[in-house]
Amino acid sequence: MNKTWNNKAWWMVLPVVLLVAFSAVIPLMTVVNYSVQDTFGNNQFFWAGLQWFEEIVNSERFHDALIRQFIFSAVILAIEIPLGIFIAMNMPKKGWAVPVCLVLMSLPLLIPWNVVGTIWQIFGRVDIGLLGASMKALGIDYNYTQNIADAWITVVVMDVWHWTSLVALLCYAGLQSIPEAYYQAARIDGASTWAIFRYIQLPKMRGVLLIAVLLRFMDSFMIYTEPFVVTGGGPGNATTFLSIDLVKMAIGQFDLGPAAAFSIIYFLIILLLSWVFYTVMTHLDKQGQKS
Amino acid sequence: MAEIYLKQLAHSYLPHPQAPSDYALKQIDLTWEDGKAYALLGSSGCGKSTLLNIISGLLHPSQGQVLFDGQDVTQLPTEQRQIAQVFQFPVVYDTMTVYDNLAFPLRNRKVDEATIKTRVQEIAQLLEMSGDLKKKAQGLTADAKQKISLGRGLIRQDVAAILFDEPLTVIDPHLKWLLRMQLKALHQKSQRTMIYVTHDQTEALTFADQVVVMYDGYVVQMGTPQALFERPAHTFVGYFIGSPGMNVLPVQVAGRQVSFHDQTLYLPQSYTPAPNTSLALGIRPEFLSLHREPTFNSIPVTIQRIEDIGRHKIVRTAFQDLIINVIVPDQVAVSPEYTYLSFDAAHIHLYANDWLITAEDTL
Repeated sequence: MNKTWNNKAWWMVLPVVLLVAFSAVIPLMTVVNYSVQDTFGNNQFFWAGLQWFEEIVNSERFHDALIRQFIFSAVILAIEIPLGIFIAMNMPKKGWAVPVCLVLMSLPLLIPWNVVGTIWQIFGRVDIGLLGASMKALGIDYNYTQNIADAWITVVVMDVWHWTSLVALLCYAGLQSIPEAYYQAARIDGASTWAIFRYIQLPKMRGVLLIAVLLRFMDSFMIYTEPFVVTGGGPGNATTFLSIDLVKMAIGQFDLGPAAAFSIIYFLIILLLSWVFYTVMTHLDKQGQKS
Repeated sequence: MAEIYLKQLAHSYLPHPQAPSDYALKQIDLTWEDGKAYALLGSSGCGKSTLLNIISGLLHPSQGQVLFDGQDVTQLPTEQRQIAQVFQFPVVYDTMTVYDNLAFPLRNRKVDEATIKTRVQEIAQLLEMSGDLKKKAQGLTADAKQKISLGRGLIRQDVAAILFDEPLTVIDPHLKWLLRMQLKALHQKSQRTMIYVTHDQTEALTFADQVVVMYDGYVVQMGTPQALFERPAHTFVGYFIGSPGMNVLPVQVAGRQVSFHDQTLYLPQSYTPAPNTSLALGIRPEFLSLHREPTFNSIPVTIQRIEDIGRHKIVRTAFQDLIINVIVPDQVAVSPEYTYLSFDAAHIHLYANDWLITAEDTL
């Protein structure tokens, strides 16, 4: 066979290459550039090697933020996943209540991050916020600007309020795809409600749960806007998560070198963890399919 | 084990049914005797599954009662009725092994593990799945999954009846035949009531002692395969059972004479149908014969097509605008010159508004 070679076809790829270069590769390379150089101003850069990386990896500030970040993501997953499943199982299956329920559930998902932050920032204020003022009226000492536990509870509850719907809606879609015959067969087999959940609903939701866990993990691990608006990372550094710390370092202190190293390490951690999650869960899935 | 009696039962999926057409299942009174094999036959959407789900308790009827051995179970939930049911599409518990799947109905009823083990092995042997017991159910073929579903239906020994809702739809034809034979054998061995829903007449006729034919929400006839063949109670039964089905010709009746167009046939008995009903004559193709010369009770026809299907020939004949099928046995001669169609009057049935009418006392 005589194949015609025509290299002009490469021109077709050019727009995509340019787009990706300008939107992703070049900005990312800038960050890499900063991470291995130092400057004393005047746009004069000096080679710094892995110095910034060593500094970040060994800094207590980074360790603390990382630990807080892990705790936060773990708490978020531990609450939102079971709660989402629970809500999905109790959502109406048919009738006029379905669309009403779906719309109400989607509302939090449609609100921009900083608006959610502002809502909760005001909601929790002791002087004018509905939540804060009610707590005060009930004699409960609640103040997210001063008390570390209160700040954490506020940030966690806010995230649960904002994102549990996503888990619930995904699970609901998973549940709706289960044919009625499964429930009928389970009743014939005399299965208890728990057995139906354990052997029919949960296995059928496995696919969507994988997506829900991945999305919620990545999102919560990158959280920035809402806690920044509500607590500003405080009191002290109590709710300073990785991204908040990163912004403080890059824009607040203008430590571009360490901040660039920080963001690369941050990116690698998310990439690694998502890969681990994905591999573990797809492996479980395959194991389920084989013997 | 129990006799199942459906007393004045009817069901509508609408909350406030008014007209008869609102009912998916029209009022019936039906007894399912203990230990028999029944087939529930009818085309899709005629109410077969509704009837089955009412017996198993997955549906509660709009009116009437379900009695097991005289005991009213109408409001009892499925779990508390001793009923097993197998569905059209395979249902398996993906995360369990084949063994656990089969054991599931027994475990839920707190049967001890030793008994479970013997039962599972018996059923696995019957389904030829003994080698697969340790496998996860998820990766199996549709055939195997449906066999597991069947197995779960068969595993309990204390059930009043086992209901099969077109269980062999997804199974390939060769295995289908085998499994049907096994079910039949199992029925003979266990003498448990089985109700088998199907829209395939061969399946129904080979499996069942008694066939229940449903049409448009009505139970039109319950009887042995032979009775359904010889005396269809409704034109639908005649048409649905038999291949080809019964010929149905619109007629006028006067005593012993039936006439259509310019022809008259003579019947052995006399009929006085109610006025203003639409009358029809039904005769199976087996009871028609073709001749060269006019005979008693014959009409002239034209032959449209002769189809040899091995055991016999199916001849399609036309009389004016009516098409009449005739079955000609293998050794009997037939050719396009055989243009006189003769009716075996003993096997002519008359139908008023599609329902069989009986003759007056023959003197």
